[in-house]
Amino acid sequence: MDKGIKNILIVGVGGQGTLLTSRIIAQVAVQMSYDVKVSEVHGMAQRGGSVVSQVRYGEKVYSPIIKKGDADVILAFEKLEAARMLDYLKPGGMVIINNDRVDPLPVMSGKEKYPEDIAERIKGLVENTVIVDASKIAESCGNIKAANVVLLGVLSKAISLPEAEVEKAIQEMVPPRALDVNLAAFREGRKLFTV
Amino acid sequence: MKRLMIGNEAIARGAFEAGATVAAAYPGTPSTEIVSNFAGFEGVYAEWAPNEKVALEVGVGSSIGGARTLVAMKHVGVNVAADPLYTFAYTGVNGGLVLISADDPGMHSSQNEQDNRGYGRFAKIPVIEPADSQEAKDFTRMAFDISERFDTPVMLRITTRLAHSQTLVEEGEVQKPELKEYKKNPAKYVMLPGFARGRHVEVEKRMLKLKEFAEETDLNRIEWGEKNLGIITSGVVYQYVKEVLPDASILKLGLSNPLPEKLIESFASEVDRLLVVEELEPVIEEQIRALGIKVEGKELLSIVGEYSPEMLAACLAGETAGQSFSLESQIPARPPLMCPGCPHRGVFHTVKKMKLVVTGDIGCYTLGALPPLQGMDSCICMGASIGTALGMEKARGEEFAKKVVAVIGDSTFVHSGITPLIDIVYNQGKSTVIILDNDTTAMTGHQDHPATGLTIRKEPTRKLDIEALVRAIGIKNVRVVDPLNLKELETALAEELARNEASVIIAKRPCVLLEREAAQKRYYVDNELCTGCKLCIKIGCTGIYYLDEDKKAVINPNTCVSCGLCPQVCKFDAIKVVEG
Repeated sequence: MDKGIKNILIVGVGGQGTLLTSRIIAQVAVQMSYDVKVSEVHGMAQRGGSVVSQVRYGEKVYSPIIKKGDADVILAFEKLEAARMLDYLKPGGMVIINNDRVDPLPVMSGKEKYPEDIAERIKGLVENTVIVDASKIAESCGNIKAANVVLLGVLSKAISLPEAEVEKAIQEMVPPRALDVNLAAFREGRKLFTV
Repeated sequence: MKRLMIGNEAIARGAFEAGATVAAAYPGTPSTEIVSNFAGFEGVYAEWAPNEKVALEVGVGSSIGGARTLVAMKHVGVNVAADPLYTFAYTGVNGGLVLISADDPGMHSSQNEQDNRGYGRFAKIPVIEPADSQEAKDFTRMAFDISERFDTPVMLRITTRLAHSQTLVEEGEVQKPELKEYKKNPAKYVMLPGFARGRHVEVEKRMLKLKEFAEETDLNRIEWGEKNLGIITSGVVYQYVKEVLPDASILKLGLSNPLPEKLIESFASEVDRLLVVEELEPVIEEQIRALGIKVEGKELLSIVGEYSPEMLAACLAGETAGQSFSLESQIPARPPLMCPGCPHRGVFHTVKKMKLVVTGDIGCYTLGALPPLQGMDSCICMGASIGTALGMEKARGEEFAKKVVAVIGDSTFVHSGITPLIDIVYNQGKSTVIILDNDTTAMTGHQDHPATGLTIRKEPTRKLDIEALVRAIGIKNVRVVDPLNLKELETALAEELARNEASVIIAKRPCVLLEREAAQKRYYVDNELCTGCKLCIKIGCTGIYYLDEDKKAVINPNTCVSCGLCPQVCKFDAIKVVEG
């Protein structure tokens, strides 16, 4: 049914910058003359809870939200969130995971265990799994907060978004003072994905 | 060129294009960005009102005064504004008025999921439902014309998924604002019984004209497909129908009140099976059934929660959601939490420690009801905490009142906490009220309000002095404390609760997410002294966690903002500080 539509699910923890990343991807799709829809989360869930934003682009897009089992890519800013939303992935889909751990409350309080091997278990289940040390790479580029753009670099290469178009969108949407770090982080990200 | 906009931004743009010059709102998810975007246009007036009733009343005055006017609120805000709304429906408008009701199916950020299309039928005003951002802009613009043509306020009803989805919008020409002539007309605008009786007749005439209009307007359209199934739908749910049943015939209602009865009858007669797909209440379905037309709806689709393409696929196309991948293990939940350094944490830690009954209110601090703080007994609506505390006292007596405290934020207090506080004074309650003054409306994204001293455009204005206001109401015992100074807070609470008089404690500290200077000190856990008792963990802060392997608490330097709360709860003095 969804022929020609790309479905990208961006998951993370409130405050990690998922919203900006989804907006950059959407902007790239606009530049490439696709029809685009983005679904965002505002309000209460942003306070440190699980957040999901969704980007869909193609010739004609109706629903702004993705069906379970229909995501081409899950871009996860945090390991546990990738696992939580894994049933949205379509057969043959790809998971890109930031190898980063943010403990949720039940783990912080010692009531539950963080499943340490979660990224590896996802990899065992999903052939197309890319695990990235995005936070470390971002730190080496000058700011740990640019981890989202490292992931964007990996994603853009993986789904063949033209480098120049993404850089143009980053230039438009990232504040000027953070631009150099973000572009460097983005380029590092692109290097990480090889077929 | 087309541009991506969330639905809320598109509505602001539509109002601007229609020549609206006045907008008023009280912030509330998912409506907030409508008027905050409108405030960005030049040559218009926009305001945060203290609450939705005032916002609509400002809108009524602006409309009678001749300007096209936008008023926006979340669904439960319309309850607050319902009083002026019902009577404004009688008087009608001068300059067009469009009221945005942003409903929240699924309760992403709300206390109920009422369906405000019901207001349209009850108040007898047109209800318009866009299905994407382009329609949100275009329909808003059309709504102003409809408002003036039929002399009625118009409700544009959206849902969270439209408000916060970005879709492409082609901007249109901006119409030159036109201030209509103001003429005194008491028979239209003074709703004394004698005049109101005349206006009710006009309302009924208007509804008949609107019914005729519904048959011909472009807001409603048929998309013919196969005729074995015809679907009637409205709003963003239309998109899910197109996604899941691309071959069905669809009657898409952009104007869902009043309904185009003839159009529905003719559509129904052409299809083998008729189905209404609408989120929440069967508003359209029941009216179609009343026309004597055979229709399906809520027997197949839920009356509860938000719809989704996969839910429609399961209920209508018999598809089970494709669960291609699934991990077998339980994934620990990640509920929303108060931020590290949040001033509310000190208050909820203290009320829990003192085992108080807490009547709560609406804001970030409602998160204080969740584990591990669990410091809230009730939360109903904006401003309810104070009246609820008084009611508990009147039911259970003054001794019980010594264990009850009402907790309310600064923005919520200004919204609707002042009148119940007057009730406490007037009816000699002994209640204790904590006003959590964090100098902003935090939950909805840090909007200003009368007590921040800044307008919607961040221009300085006369600042409401909450302490002076509380004293003026007649509260004799008023104290201002720092909520992150636990000793001070607990002492104040103990003393005020013991008193045989009403008290207000203002727990004053700005929201930690507002701009602040970088911390000059860092905290760490001294492993020699830490006993692993987890007292510090029970404050529920992401800045500190428990390391099972070591049986010790650890401070996370990436999230800790050095607010200094956890050292105060440690009984072993194990949380140490380094300056600089």
